[in-house]
Amino acid sequence: MTTDMNADSYVTEDGRTIGPVVMDLKNITLRFGGVVAIKDISFDIREGEIRAIIGPNGAGKSSMLNVISGFYKPQEGEVWFRGSKRPQMRPYQVARQGLARTFQNIALFDGMTVLDNIMTGRLNKMNSNLLQQAIWKGKAEKEELENREACEKVIDFLEIQHIRKTPVGRLPYGLKKRVELARALAAEPSLLLLDEPMAGMNVEEKEDMSRFILDMNDEFGTTIALIEHDMGVVMDLSDRVVVMDYGKKIGDGTPDEVRNNQDVIDAYLGVSHD
Amino acid sequence: MFYREAGDFKTSYRDDNQTFPIRLDRAGYWIVLFVAFCVIPFFVNDYWVNSIFAPFFIYAIAALGLNILTGYAGQVSLGTGGFMAVGAYSVYKLMVAFPDINIVFHVLIAGGITAAVGVAFGLPSLRIKGFYLAVATLAAQFFLVWLFNKVAWFYNYSASGQINAPERSVLGVVVTGPNTEAWAKYMICLVFLVVLAWVARNLTRGMTGRKWMGIRDMDIAAEIIGVNPLMAKMSAFAVSSFFVGVAGALFFAVYLGAAEAGESFGITKSFLVLFMIIIGGLGSIFGSFAGAAFMVLMPVILKNLLVGTMGWPTEIAAELEFIIVGGLIVIFLILEPHGLAQLWRLTKEKLRLWPFPH
Repeated sequence: MTTDMNADSYVTEDGRTIGPVVMDLKNITLRFGGVVAIKDISFDIREGEIRAIIGPNGAGKSSMLNVISGFYKPQEGEVWFRGSKRPQMRPYQVARQGLARTFQNIALFDGMTVLDNIMTGRLNKMNSNLLQQAIWKGKAEKEELENREACEKVIDFLEIQHIRKTPVGRLPYGLKKRVELARALAAEPSLLLLDEPMAGMNVEEKEDMSRFILDMNDEFGTTIALIEHDMGVVMDLSDRVVVMDYGKKIGDGTPDEVRNNQDVIDAYLGVSHD
Repeated sequence: MFYREAGDFKTSYRDDNQTFPIRLDRAGYWIVLFVAFCVIPFFVNDYWVNSIFAPFFIYAIAALGLNILTGYAGQVSLGTGGFMAVGAYSVYKLMVAFPDINIVFHVLIAGGITAAVGVAFGLPSLRIKGFYLAVATLAAQFFLVWLFNKVAWFYNYSASGQINAPERSVLGVVVTGPNTEAWAKYMICLVFLVVLAWVARNLTRGMTGRKWMGIRDMDIAAEIIGVNPLMAKMSAFAVSSFFVGVAGALFFAVYLGAAEAGESFGITKSFLVLFMIIIGGLGSIFGSFAGAAFMVLMPVILKNLLVGTMGWPTEIAAELEFIIVGGLIVIFLILEPHGLAQLWRLTKEKLRLWPFPH
């Protein structure tokens, strides 16, 4: 079956609907002093899809994610989010627009419990002020309970009920990764960025994580952009793949297209210079 | 055997969120409050209030304040003494300027003024962290004390350079000045402490506290989740300084009665409160109380032991006291770096399993 992937929305082979473009990156260039980390890269992310960014080490993948989440300001290029150009923003303002992410090296709040970490993910859903919180009555308490319920759904979904009240610092690596995902998911993001969600995991944990990513996409319709090194995982999970090398985009398309792209093969396997 | 959550089922998130989820804890909390409000006031005398209760309550408020800033929000401050001075001088000016207004409002407004000053001195925290911020707040400490010594307007041009608390009453009971009864002193400090501790607990268990702790544990991640670092840090400075300001106001108006900035609110005060929260436990409400109790009670107990029981001369005992308290702090921090609060937590965890530890 062939699908017209340029249409406004289309249905994938496994029956998921891919909507219009959510995030459109146009000619992004990012430099650190004399080093060009990203060079004139454009690609888009569509609603409901799982979009992978791959490439060898140092290709600029994480920098790209940092541009999307507002942590780096590109020198050139535009970021379009939900049909409008995004002005210069601080990362917390980007988060308020509905973007959430996880980090390559886990960035959880070690001194807080799992539940508090996940609740922090919902801070943009809560707007009681300091005085209301100080007396813990009315709006503050109501909000706290409502959002607790939403967090419990995420906790159920990611199967971390048993560690709810455990301080994060005591958890093993694999669970920390899962809690970080829970924190991002609790924000109900319209775009979720995952920076190497399977790094350092064994096969079983990778399978779990893949299942969670697919389920998230399936059940909540979350749009996901992820960076990953495990090619098997990337090719299985993603709808479309962007390949980067030395800050440049060398491939973009479905996993099959990318797999057969000569530039991509050269970048990964090397090419003889003769 | 009775200290456990088994059988104490929680059927709503409200129940699960409460401060003391274990039944025995809840009972203990109400018993402590009952004794503090309904029993002790009938028995206290001047000695107990002036050497134990009043300083303990007031330092506990200051420790709560500093713990919010340092323990919860992760911003080190050495300006506590200076901010207490702001509270003290504010309440003095207010008491003298508006004698008809209730002193409770004066104390609260003094806290508000201190909060504003705290925010102003907290602004550098947006750019600098850790030790460098500590040095910046140290500057606040010295500047504020210098200001209150130099500008005569603050002490109403009195010849001695001191400020003296005029007599004021709450609900017909005198609470400041030399005619204050011991129980009145005790009660006003206790009420402020209980209300402020309750506020501190509410703030730290809610979203504000999570934002503070997020900034403390990993500021970059907190910002990417949506915490505005400016608002989080400034609110921490404001709330913390409010507490410290109220503590300073009570320290001067109720406890000391007369004060002089350099002597009463010098750098030693800053360190004393910092020791309290380090010994008590950073990021813990209980720790603030425990630390304040430790630092207030330790010298009193030692003095009674050395002079009263062992009959040593007072001068020698006074010197030895410093050495012993200092030594105890060092030993204690080596044995339990996370403070009394951590010891308490471990004890409770063991108790929950007792007598069948498996």
